[in-house]
Amino acid sequence: MASGKKRGKQTVVFDNPPVLTAWSAVVGPKEGDGPWGKDFDFIIDDYMFGEKTWEKAETKMLRETIKLTLSKRFFTPEDVELLLAGDLLNQTVSSNFAARELQIPYLGLYGACSTMAESLVTGSMLMDGGFFERVVAASCSHHYASYRQYRFPTEQGVQSTPSTQWTATAAGAILLEAGGTGPRVTSATIGKVIDMGQTDMADMGCAMAPAAADTIKTHFDDLGRSTDYYDLVVTGDLAKIGMAAAEQLFIRDGLVPKPNYSDCGVLLYDETQGVDAGGSGCGCCAAMLCGPLLKKIVNGDISKLLLVATGALMSPTTSFQGESIPAIAHAVAIEM
Amino acid sequence: MGSIFMAFLIGGALCLIGQLIMDFTKPAVTPGHILVGYITAGAVLSGLGLYQPLVDIGGTGATIPLSGFGHLLTQGTLKAVEQKGILGALSGGAEAAAAGITAAIVFGYIIAVIFNPKG
Amino acid sequence: MNVPNPDKLKKIEIQEYDNLLQQIKPKPAIFTNCVWAFTVGGLICMLAQIIQNYLLSTGMSKIDASSITSVTMIFLGALFTGIGIYDELGKKAGAGTIVPITGFANAIVASAMEFKREGYVFGVGARLFSVAGPTLVFGFAVAVLIGLIKVFFTS
Repeated sequence: MASGKKRGKQTVVFDNPPVLTAWSAVVGPKEGDGPWGKDFDFIIDDYMFGEKTWEKAETKMLRETIKLTLSKRFFTPEDVELLLAGDLLNQTVSSNFAARELQIPYLGLYGACSTMAESLVTGSMLMDGGFFERVVAASCSHHYASYRQYRFPTEQGVQSTPSTQWTATAAGAILLEAGGTGPRVTSATIGKVIDMGQTDMADMGCAMAPAAADTIKTHFDDLGRSTDYYDLVVTGDLAKIGMAAAEQLFIRDGLVPKPNYSDCGVLLYDETQGVDAGGSGCGCCAAMLCGPLLKKIVNGDISKLLLVATGALMSPTTSFQGESIPAIAHAVAIEM
Repeated sequence: MGSIFMAFLIGGALCLIGQLIMDFTKPAVTPGHILVGYITAGAVLSGLGLYQPLVDIGGTGATIPLSGFGHLLTQGTLKAVEQKGILGALSGGAEAAAAGITAAIVFGYIIAVIFNPKG
Repeated sequence: MNVPNPDKLKKIEIQEYDNLLQQIKPKPAIFTNCVWAFTVGGLICMLAQIIQNYLLSTGMSKIDASSITSVTMIFLGALFTGIGIYDELGKKAGAGTIVPITGFANAIVASAMEFKREGYVFGVGARLFSVAGPTLVFGFAVAVLIGLIKVFFTS
């Protein structure tokens, strides 16, 4: 039964690690004002992005991010064999509509805020399996489009709590190729859905932290790696409070969280930007990865990165019905 | 001047109670629940004769919070019952609250059509 | 052999995690929230009282003055929602902006505004009542019930 590429319970190791040959990140105004503004490829200055609705703006953002990524290698959409993308909106419409315009063969994914890792893992496995040689992995989110679906109308005066996270307006896309130079996806751990009975929609970080901790522990166990193997372990959007919870769980599991652990939700914004606990959304870790993090790898600041993107898998309906929030986390190792 | 100060005091106190309810029941109680809760509580207290004294003391401090709207509905109903019996039970509330409800619907619609949300 | 019940184990695990979160989660700033709610809610009611006193001074009947005051406050609540100020205030004042009738207007307009792209009938028109609907349902239901009780006891 055991395949040559699988290690331990949930981890895969690639014989021919796909290469990240091009990537780009497009973000909204607030993200552009944040600490990493200069590391993103393009900052849109208006949440409508020249469109009539937020949903259209999100589609355009994803589409343009993918096109920009391809243009860095002088490719057109016809040169790409597969697009793997997802977002937060119902029926993942932003990705569906972007794929309609790009005309790249497409598989839509939903992993909530973990989608960037989900698309990278899926793409890498399909490539290492020999099915494709050129795949784009992407995800995006739009603050106002998702806020209106998941929470209260934006103009309703609702008090935010310290644990509330700000859904990022951002998109990231990565071109994976079978050969070439650049960072490579070397291994990945596919997470289980973990539910620790959390019900607070205004505190996703604490609902997702156990999933992140579980996936990270499994990753290190499956590969028999020591915790200082990576230069940086970064979780996707647990934000301040969730990250604090995750650190406690790491300690419980015998992992040393500091100093090479951080979280995209904490990194994306400044304290002064009024985002409470930090960022969230598919675009948050997508843009952090495709902006500052990959730049650091290319510049040689870090050479081994473990991205653990987390996602909260509830819907407004299940929350209204009193269900707790199930969460997932996938880990992707990117090494230079 | 006295009435203005009392409006501040009673109105503030009613909002304070709402805030305490929200802070201690997080995240179960949403703003929507507060609105429904206040109108219901106001209507019930009014039926028990307990809300009118608050209005006498606080003026708009008691009528402007949504509990005051519940009070208005109950008082309208009770008055109409005295005049028309069982028909009044159905017509009284809407008659008393007609201006407020119509204003909310019409102004709400117009404002929503004119303005766009941020972002 | 005594096999531990997996449900029970899960419950213990959840309990342990909740205990952990208790230590990590910042306590809501209840005192600050209350000061904000009291002050802003009080000021809104105070503004209404000023309007009402003025109307009464013109010789208007108490019932009419009260109605016009409510209508004015509803209008102001809707307007400040439209120009994007009310939600900013609400982020700080919480119940201070929800409990007064201006908060009712805010909830109505905020839900309606966002759904303009879905059309003026099933977008704005229907969403207008997403919060107002339940509120009115409960208000009317209770008032009618009280009316019926009165009918029953007086006859």
